[in-house]
Amino acid sequence: MSRMLEASDITHAYTAGVPVLRGISLTLEPGTILYLLGRNGCGKTTLMQCLSGALKPTSGQIALDGRDIHTYTSTERAQRIGLIPQLHTPAFAYTVREMILMGRAPHLGLFGTPSKADYVVADDALASVGLAHYRDRPYTQLSGGERQLVLIARGLAQQCRVLLMDEPDSHLDLNNQQRVMEIVARLAAEGLSFIVTSHVPNNALTYAHRVLLMKAGRALSYGDPAYTLTELLLSEAYDMETEVIYETAGGSRTARAILPKRRAS
Amino acid sequence: MRVVTLRRVWTAAGTRIGGRDLVYAGLLLLPFVLMIATLMIGLYGISIENVTRALLSPVFPGLADGLSQTEITLVLRIRLPRVLSAVLIGAALASTGVAFQGIFKNPLVDSNLLGVTSGAGFGAALALLIGGTTIVVQGFAFGFGLLAVSLAYLGSRLYSTAPMIVLTLMGILIGSFFGSLTSLMKYIADPLNTLPAITFWLLGGLTGVTWNSVPILALLTVLGSFFLWLVRWRLNILSLGDAEAATLGMNPNRLKLSIIVCATLMTAAAVAVGGVIGWIGLVIPHAGRIIVGPDHKRLIPASLALGASFLLLIDTVSRTLLPTEVPIGILTGLIGVPLLIVLLRRNRTGW
Repeated sequence: MSRMLEASDITHAYTAGVPVLRGISLTLEPGTILYLLGRNGCGKTTLMQCLSGALKPTSGQIALDGRDIHTYTSTERAQRIGLIPQLHTPAFAYTVREMILMGRAPHLGLFGTPSKADYVVADDALASVGLAHYRDRPYTQLSGGERQLVLIARGLAQQCRVLLMDEPDSHLDLNNQQRVMEIVARLAAEGLSFIVTSHVPNNALTYAHRVLLMKAGRALSYGDPAYTLTELLLSEAYDMETEVIYETAGGSRTARAILPKRRAS
Repeated sequence: MRVVTLRRVWTAAGTRIGGRDLVYAGLLLLPFVLMIATLMIGLYGISIENVTRALLSPVFPGLADGLSQTEITLVLRIRLPRVLSAVLIGAALASTGVAFQGIFKNPLVDSNLLGVTSGAGFGAALALLIGGTTIVVQGFAFGFGLLAVSLAYLGSRLYSTAPMIVLTLMGILIGSFFGSLTSLMKYIADPLNTLPAITFWLLGGLTGVTWNSVPILALLTVLGSFFLWLVRWRLNILSLGDAEAATLGMNPNRLKLSIIVCATLMTAAAVAVGGVIGWIGLVIPHAGRIIVGPDHKRLIPASLALGASFLLLIDTVSRTLLPTEVPIGILTGLIGVPLLIVLLRRNRTGW
């Protein structure tokens, strides 16, 4: 199986001698969802910036489609890898369609404007997140969940094969988290790869194919969710006692929920 | 939205044109209609036929037959350079305002953010104080406008982090520094003739504009507008911020710097000829967003047309309202504010 994105032994220090990432390695295969979990400040965001090519790690290699990510031009890179930022409000009330069209930027020249074909790509992307009827609405008037979906659609319009998502479940209610992640899961089944940072381990349990559990810049554990999302490792990662609830059916045991343990008073 | 749907018409080619498209097309034609109209208006009214004939007479001398020398002189030598200057300056201030609001992600700034107008104001005041001719005043205004922005840029280079914020802060600092220098010029100026000259210049106006000022103004405005028109769609992406622009494959800093250079040259040229004309760069972009929406693909052309039309209208009122000219700086607010309030009522989409 081909490897779309492969990071080997990434170390990064903003200030010399104070590394925020230490020896992280991971491999992203087509059609998989990789969750990055860990406490605030554990290095998730820095790792995302390195993986997107925006930041060059102090040492280590990141290969995109088998080639060093820093040998691509920024346009070429944006044709292969997209970043879905955290929810924000732009200064101007662009329509949903205008927002999604911006995903066509890496496919257009500096002086280019979207053509009919680009509009078709954008409208298809919007339809595939189920918001076709919102096309002409101002993006700023959408709810958080809808904005997140529009940003995913922009990533689709970008036609890249890897999408990095920065905390897609923050600020969203349970319904919208499910709505967004079900669409992510469907797109992954169609062959797109996702790297998702999150503070909701239960979503990793539900949707992840791979989990990288981080602590203080290191990979505490990396691999299959059944292997990484255990009481022992989660408690270590979050510096607290956690409980994993399992469901047993037909002799196999599946983790169903991750809960914090009450502190003894 | 419903209104737009009802107004949709079909062209022969089968493509759909919405009401917004018609408004946009009309907006782009507006400056040309207004130019003809304002050439007719003045203390001495001229018919549309005679204006057209006078305009074409340099190319077809036969058309001048039957026109009085006064009419030809008024149209070609007095009103035309003034009308052209108003159109160019209005277009430059409005489009650079749009560009600055886009790259600084802030709908409350205009192209004076980095101090170009303040620098130009000081340059003009200094030139007037030393008794410079019109050319000297324009040259000083242009030069000091560029100097102010260069100083702000160089100052921001002293710090490597958050360059745009430091650049903005430097611009504000340099702007107020030149503002103080202008006040100093006014303080030491002869209160009987130099001080009024400086004050009038700072209020803006196109009184006494001749053909001499037009070529450089036209060159910089046309070239600058062309560049802004080329990168108009990229302004959408820049307005999302550097990080997002980078993930969409852009090098935001290089393009922003080019836009700042271009907008500064345009603004400096506009201010050098028209004096300090505030307001347009701040408010016309909003008017444009209300009419055509925030997409810069249409907003840049729309703001060029709106700015040109608005300043042309203001300047015509300024030279016809009273027997003496009313400074433009007074009228932009007096006429513009009610106009914008009316437009705001129609605004359904926010900024």
